[in-house]
Amino acid sequence: MRRALAAPALMVLGMFAHQVAMANPEPWQLNMPKGVTVTSNEVHDIHMIVLWICVAIGVVVFGLMFVAMFRFRKSKGAVAATWDHSTKLEAIWTIIPILILIGSAWPATTLLLRMADTSGSEMTVKVTGYQWKWRYEYVDFFGKDPGINFVSSLEAQSNRARQLGSGIDPASIQVDGVSTYLLDVDKPLVLPTGVKIRFVFTADDVIHAWWVPSLGWKQDAIPGIINSAWTEISQPGTYRGQCAELCGRDHGFMPIVVKAVPKAEFEQWMTAQAPAPAPAPAPAEPAPAEPAPATATTNAPTTAPQG
Amino acid sequence: MRKQVGQHESVKHDARGIARVALGVVAASFLFGFAMVPLYRIACEQVLGIKLSEGAVSAAEASSMQVDPSRTVVVEFMTSVNSKLPWAFKAEKTRVEVHPGELTEVWFDATNQSAQAIVGNAVPSVAPSAASAFFNKTECFCFTEQVLAGGETRRMPVRFIVDPQLPQGTHTLTLSYTFYANELATRNLALVNPSVDGIAKN
Amino acid sequence: MAHAAVHDTHHDAHDHKPQGFLHRWLFTTNHKDIGTLYLVFSMLMFFVGGSMAMIIRAELFEPGMQLVRPEFFNEMTSVHALVMIFGAVMPAFVGLGNWMIPMQIGAPDMALPRMNNWSFWILPFAFTLLLSSLFMPGAGPQGGWTLYPPLSLQGGNSVAFVIFAIHMMGISSIMGAINIIATILNMRAPGMDLLKMPIFVWSWLITAFLLIAVMPVLAGAVTMLLTDKYFGTSFFNAAGGGDPVMYQHIFWFFGHPEVYIMILPAFGIVSEIIPTFARKPLFGYQAMIYAIASIAFLSFIVWAHHMFTVGMPLGGELYFMYATMLIAIPTGVKVFNWVTTMWEGSMTFETPMLFAIAFVILFTIGGFSGLMLAIVPADFQYHDTYFVVAHFHYVLVTGAIFAIMASVYYWLPKWCGNMYSERWGKIHFWMSVISVNVLFFPQHFLGLAGMPRRIPDYNVAFADFNMISSIGGFWFGASQLLFVGVVIHAVYFSKKRAQARVWEGARGLEWTVPSPAPHHTFSEPPVIDNSQLAHGDVTH
Repeated sequence: MRRALAAPALMVLGMFAHQVAMANPEPWQLNMPKGVTVTSNEVHDIHMIVLWICVAIGVVVFGLMFVAMFRFRKSKGAVAATWDHSTKLEAIWTIIPILILIGSAWPATTLLLRMADTSGSEMTVKVTGYQWKWRYEYVDFFGKDPGINFVSSLEAQSNRARQLGSGIDPASIQVDGVSTYLLDVDKPLVLPTGVKIRFVFTADDVIHAWWVPSLGWKQDAIPGIINSAWTEISQPGTYRGQCAELCGRDHGFMPIVVKAVPKAEFEQWMTAQAPAPAPAPAPAEPAPAEPAPATATTNAPTTAPQG
Repeated sequence: MRKQVGQHESVKHDARGIARVALGVVAASFLFGFAMVPLYRIACEQVLGIKLSEGAVSAAEASSMQVDPSRTVVVEFMTSVNSKLPWAFKAEKTRVEVHPGELTEVWFDATNQSAQAIVGNAVPSVAPSAASAFFNKTECFCFTEQVLAGGETRRMPVRFIVDPQLPQGTHTLTLSYTFYANELATRNLALVNPSVDGIAKN
Repeated sequence: MAHAAVHDTHHDAHDHKPQGFLHRWLFTTNHKDIGTLYLVFSMLMFFVGGSMAMIIRAELFEPGMQLVRPEFFNEMTSVHALVMIFGAVMPAFVGLGNWMIPMQIGAPDMALPRMNNWSFWILPFAFTLLLSSLFMPGAGPQGGWTLYPPLSLQGGNSVAFVIFAIHMMGISSIMGAINIIATILNMRAPGMDLLKMPIFVWSWLITAFLLIAVMPVLAGAVTMLLTDKYFGTSFFNAAGGGDPVMYQHIFWFFGHPEVYIMILPAFGIVSEIIPTFARKPLFGYQAMIYAIASIAFLSFIVWAHHMFTVGMPLGGELYFMYATMLIAIPTGVKVFNWVTTMWEGSMTFETPMLFAIAFVILFTIGGFSGLMLAIVPADFQYHDTYFVVAHFHYVLVTGAIFAIMASVYYWLPKWCGNMYSERWGKIHFWMSVISVNVLFFPQHFLGLAGMPRRIPDYNVAFADFNMISSIGGFWFGASQLLFVGVVIHAVYFSKKRAQARVWEGARGLEWTVPSPAPHHTFSEPPVIDNSQLAHGDVTH
């Protein structure tokens, strides 16, 4: 039933993936993607501001250096001057950088304040990092517990191809003509667009980091500690990322795929996923794909929505 | 560089003096190292106002907080169990709304799904991290080792007060507990009292 | 001055050089011999670490796993970093300090010559421990050079070997630092005031204080790892109530000053070389010293910018962002002063000058990406990607290592008495400078496009730039064989004798002794002649 629903959705999304500029890494890509959230666009903007400031300073400094190298060479008969300090000059190039720094710290600060503000979120997803897969638990959706809980790991085709000496050409692993080698999972994280989603991160064994470039940030998942972050995706599409903190042997093989769908479609997906309402105290496993982390909990359908 | 007889004595004397000073420095460093703990405690609690203890807040302290009925804060509860511990663990409610300064009680259930008695420890964590200083627990199972016999389920309370001084921008707090197996205590348990061993009973 | 030189030449005839290979090198207390030992060791480690880099780049040549298992790849990235940092860059600077500091301040030797011997001879044992862990059952360290727990504790018993190796390297560094401080503060020739010292000596004095301050912190951090693994403590173990993030705070409290330990002596070297070949005094000598000192101070209060994504409170992130941005100011002063030193000079471009100029340009590029990394919201994207890899290789390879190469070309004629081949030196320079950019510049693009660091395999979209980077890597690696060739040729085969003042514009005491520098120099303190010093005039 799940499959039947997912297949056409995937096709629609596949079409989207082409239209969204640089949602996923492209060959010869030079720059950071703009991403698909308001904050990721702002992150891109501040990246570009600081980049151009650096380029401007570089042009001036390196320009002067090259002028000096061509004008003041001994072979051209240059005679060395003997001056060796100037308080005025030194004051100038202490003060100008300070002003430039203040100028770039200001937008960075305001953006950081907004990125840290998780208030007003309408949905909470708990992300747990394992060696070497991710568990997603939908904890809260508009005050209700959807009771969805699954493990997402590297999809089988990539997994076969990435073995030493597999003989499988990584370029042959594609979805709709785009290479998904090492960037595809068996079960993507499905999220609604236009909803402020709060993520809570933790890990079971070692430190991992959850990173989807199109969302504009990464966050460490640390055993025993919870971290939070938020996003609000504006365009439907499939957004790919990877674990960004060295976490052992298969660190390079635990991708993240976020499938963003319109809210109505998401609700449909949710109903299809949720198991039949189980009796409250049953400690039964939900229906995860993996047996390995056998004791992750939280299928607690006994919610008491308070608001 | 050749030493004369008289100088030889004084060099020896100097060496003894240096040794004495060096020993003094070693002793002072050692004492200073030990003094760090109380010094930091004083610096943090008296001067900087940082709460150090993870332990329960005293009742007197708790009752001194004024309830702020004009403000509502959502407290979410998250539960995790480390994959090495065969327990199930969940919160009775996944979220409550509280007024800062109000004493609230919530319940958690832990079930040992194995046949053996196991000792577990819960590790608390609060997000956002800056808010953890304003989250006061007066009662919590995370302060002690939890011993669950095979198949046993236990209901455990947490009583907490959100400090009314919680920064205005914070509307949601998440309290997370992760249960870990306490391997050392579990092993000791089996040694001291084999009868609690779940296998023996079955 | 002339008196000292004559005295030394006379001395050279019956040199007191110990006879026999073992006796000369194993038991040596001579700062020049120990300096040579450090430099040779550093070169050896540079090639050991470099061959690991070649394995990394070979595996990353194209997508798919072709050569090594992921575990081995992780060992390579971890040990490559440890070997390059503690085995190549730091010993090279200590070796340069050993050779040059006594000669630059007119001292007969280091203040504590026996400790000097000890601090070197610890190193081969430390690295034997570290490298032997690669051949152990359960394999070597795979958790990165930062050894973050809990991952680093998952390793086998190699963890203990690595930790003991780090302890020994730390002991060696601390002893070296104590020696350098004692030498600079006590052994200066009469009249060599602190503000007449060459800037290389100044940079080492400040670096030595950094070393003494932070190496014990690293030792403490790794000792806590050791007790967590073997003695049941829970400093960093969440299950026992510990905090894995605390390790990162402690580590980077060491780690950030460590970064400057690897670059401040490079600043000193470049500040020696540029005035020599511009034939003009260094611009803003005192400002340069203050800049080094402020960078050293700032290095202690910016550590958490390595860990913006661990979930620090907002106030912490803002503070570390602002503090980090401040570093750009003294660093900027240094770069502007180097450019101004060149202005209205009379420049020639021998190999040391070429490397120094490349240092200024490429280190500044590394500084730019460093400034970008300081911006927290953008760092959320850059963190732990190839952008970071590109950044720190620009500051460490084209920064620290280019400065070391510049200094070897600059002082080698003084050490061995022969000129190196200028033609092959320049070929080495151009090969290195082009290939290093082919190697590291595309890594900026990879990081921005979304490639995490420390991964053995990647999506096809990253293939092109990785291939370019790998080609640059092999090219850069091969170019360094030229460097060995140039050095061996200069030491053993070159027929061209070097004069006492090797470079026309060179100033300072080291150029007043003959080339090669005799085994014992300044056995009697030289008479300081201000016009012979680079900074003779104290008012500047």
